[in-house]
Parts: sequence; structure tokens; C-alpha cells
Amino acid sequence: MRKIILIFFLSVLCSVSANAGSDGENSLKAKNQPEEVKDCFEKVNRGVFAFNQALDTAIFEPVAKGYRYIPSPIRTGTSNVLTNLSNLITVPNNLLQGDIKTAGINTARFVVNTTVGILGIFDPANALGLEKKEKEDYGQTLGRWGMGPGCYLVLPILGPSTVRDTAGTVANFVGGDPWFNVTVRNDTNYVNESDYYTTRITGGVDFRAKNIDSFDNLEKNSIDFYASIRSLYLQDRQQKILNSEKVTDTMDDSDWEEIETN
Amino acid sequence: MKLRKYFIKFSLILFLLFLPSEKSFSIEPGKFIQSIADEASKVLVENFSKEEKIEKLKAIALKSVDIKGVGLYSLGSHRKSLSDSQKEQYNELFKKYFLKSFSSRLSDYTNPKINVISSEKLNDKYSIVSSVLVATEKNPEVKINWRVYTKDPTNPLIRDLIIEGLSLARTQKEEFNSVIQSNDGNINALFTNLTEFINK
Repeated sequence: MRKIILIFFLSVLCSVSANAGSDGENSLKAKNQPEEVKDCFEKVNRGVFAFNQALDTAIFEPVAKGYRYIPSPIRTGTSNVLTNLSNLITVPNNLLQGDIKTAGINTARFVVNTTVGILGIFDPANALGLEKKEKEDYGQTLGRWGMGPGCYLVLPILGPSTVRDTAGTVANFVGGDPWFNVTVRNDTNYVNESDYYTTRITGGVDFRAKNIDSFDNLEKNSIDFYASIRSLYLQDRQQKILNSEKVTDTMDDSDWEEIETN
Repeated sequence: MKLRKYFIKFSLILFLLFLPSEKSFSIEPGKFIQSIADEASKVLVENFSKEEKIEKLKAIALKSVDIKGVGLYSLGSHRKSLSDSQKEQYNELFKKYFLKSFSSRLSDYTNPKINVISSEKLNDKYSIVSSVLVATEKNPEVKINWRVYTKDPTNPLIRDLIIEGLSLARTQKEEFNSVIQSNDGNINALFTNLTEFINK
């Protein structure tokens, strides 16, 4: 019954994602055709963005700056633990995208790093030839399945998203994230709710700490910071969904071809 | 016999005139990027004041970036609706904006080391040069691709930087479009924003 509800819920969200603001234009486009993603709720989004920025200035940025004073090996170990945990979402998505080989590699990496690598602090899997792969999530899987992104959204605290990516995030909370399942949904003797929230918050701080300089630089040099972040987020998602190494796969060259200066 | 001699001489002159000029003066995009990156790196590592660094970086940008081309691209479809005087005003504003923003972004870096990995010719006008910003103790390795405008192969120019798959020119274009759109399509709003940025 729970599975049926989950499938129904996802179907509804995905159909919303495909239709919201799309006018039939939002399907994942072919090579060199960047997706047109509409900012249907721009006023609200800008309001939430301002709220997030205020929160960032008051809490996240100072915490992230403090986090950077922690010795580098500890930060690397923490980052490794979080990356290792993310395999729990990546592997099912590798499978849903039909990428069996990568699912196998990521599973092996998770097993080796959780055991030999002491809960993922170290990465002995890499030394064994099991190279680190890109993270995958349910939003990317929906994109691979041909689902349009829907409207651009800015979520409180969580930041930039689209209707499709939000549906992907919801999937984590309705059974798609094994780490959430064993900590929050089925509290066990070994791990509990606080472990889940600790890893999520640490993940956020770790990401913010790694990007302090980039964000500061971008903010200082933008005439519309909101629009810059929106553009970067959407480009990043498009690239991740295409899983392409070639940068030209996500670019629209037609505009460049028109410009003649010599 | 004489005719054959003349033919050989004529062919030789043609060969010397045209073939070598094409080969000896065209600059390979990968080498062009490596030399520009090395030059910028040298400026950043030297013991100049921040202001001096900014001026030197601006000079590098002026000779190696197609600022006018990047500016026109950044306008997107709006470039087609500009009058000649607006175009002139925009080109001037964009140049100042670009140089300030570019030098400000770079001047905070210390000793960046960029290694060119490969170069791919897209067509006669464009090549994509792939490089990496070498990892430091603080920062991980960063992949940087450069879109080089090679219409004049003797004078290649940078038109875009794609950092870890994120195009700076596309981001700029979407940012400018957002400013124009949120002011009911009024291009003067963009001019005002650019002026404010230049003067701040």
C-alpha cells in the first residue's frame, strides 16, 4: 500500500513538474539546446532568496568560516563520511537510470569504505581501483527519464531547486533514502533521528565552507546575484542530468555563431 | 625547358608567399591559453600591490579577450533591438564593467597554476581548450574550459570560460536578461546597473 501511495505521489508531482509553466517546452532538450526553465514564481522566489541570504549571513556563513579553522585532515574525513553516505541515494538512482556497472562500483565503494575505511573516513576503495563516481539523486533520475524541470523554485533553507528536483527531494523522505529510513523512519538501537540531522547540517556547512570564496566573489561581482545563482544552478543540474564530460553538450552555440567582431 | 623553369620558380614563389604565412603566424589555441594563463599567474605571484595587479590583469584581458563579442553575447536577443548609439554606449559600459569584474575576480587568487590538457576544434571559428587549475592545500582541482574565437587564427581571442561545466558568459547573459526583464524590457535599466557597478 505504501508503495502504491509513493508511486501515485511521485506521478502527481512529476506531472505537475512536466506541466508547470512549460507550455510543452520544458522537456530535456537535445545536445546544444539548453533547457528553458521558467521562473514562474519569481517574486516569491526572490523573497525566499533574500530570507535565505539573511539566514546565511546570520548563521551559515559564520559557522562555515569557523568550520574552516578545523584541521584539514578532520574536514577531509568528515567530507569523506558524507560522500560515502550519499552512495545510499546514488546507488538506487544508478539502478533506476539503468547504469548497473556504476551501481556495482558505488556499492563496492560503500562496503569497502564503510568497513576498511572506518565509516567512510578514509577512501581505501580508490586505492583498490574503485574510482569515485558522480553523485546521483532522484531529481536527476526523473530528468533522465525525460521529465521536464518545471518551474524554478527557491526553497527556504534548502535553496535553489525546480519542481522536478523538489519532487526528487520528497522521494528521499518517502522511502528513497535508506539513511533517512534507518534513522528517522525506523529508529534503531544504533542510529537515530539526531544522526540524520547532524549529517544533513554538517553536509550543508561543509558545502558552504568549501564555497565561501566563490560565493563572496560571485556576490561582489554580480549586478543581479539572484539571477546568477539561478543560472548556475540550472546549468549545473542540466550537466548532471546529461552525465556528460563534454562541456559543449550543454551549450547553445547558435548565439555564438551570430556574433562577428573581426 | 625555359617554360618549365619559370613554372618551378613561380610555384616556389607561391609556396613561399602563401603556405608559410598561414603556418608561421597562426597561433594554436592551446598554446595561446597556456601563455595567457602563465602570464596572468606571473602577475599574481609577483610582489605587486593589489592595484598594480589589477592594472596588469586588465592589460592581459584587453589583448586576449574578445570583450566586444562577450558583451554582444551577454545581451542575448536584446542586442538586435539596440540603436547604434545605444550599442556604442553599451559597448563602452560593458568594457569597463568586464575589466573591473574580471580583474576583481582574479586578483584575490595567489599563485594559480593552470595546465592546458587538450584542445578541440569545433569549427573554423571556435576551439575549446581544456585545462585544469591545479589543486592546492586549500582548494581542489578545478576543470576550466576556454572557448577561443579563432576566426582570425593569427589573433585568437577568449570568448568564454567554462568552470566545471558552468559557462560564465551564459551566466552573464541570463543575469543581464533578468535585469532587463524585471524592468519591463527597458535596456536603460541595464545601463544604470552597469554604471552603478563601475562606479562602486
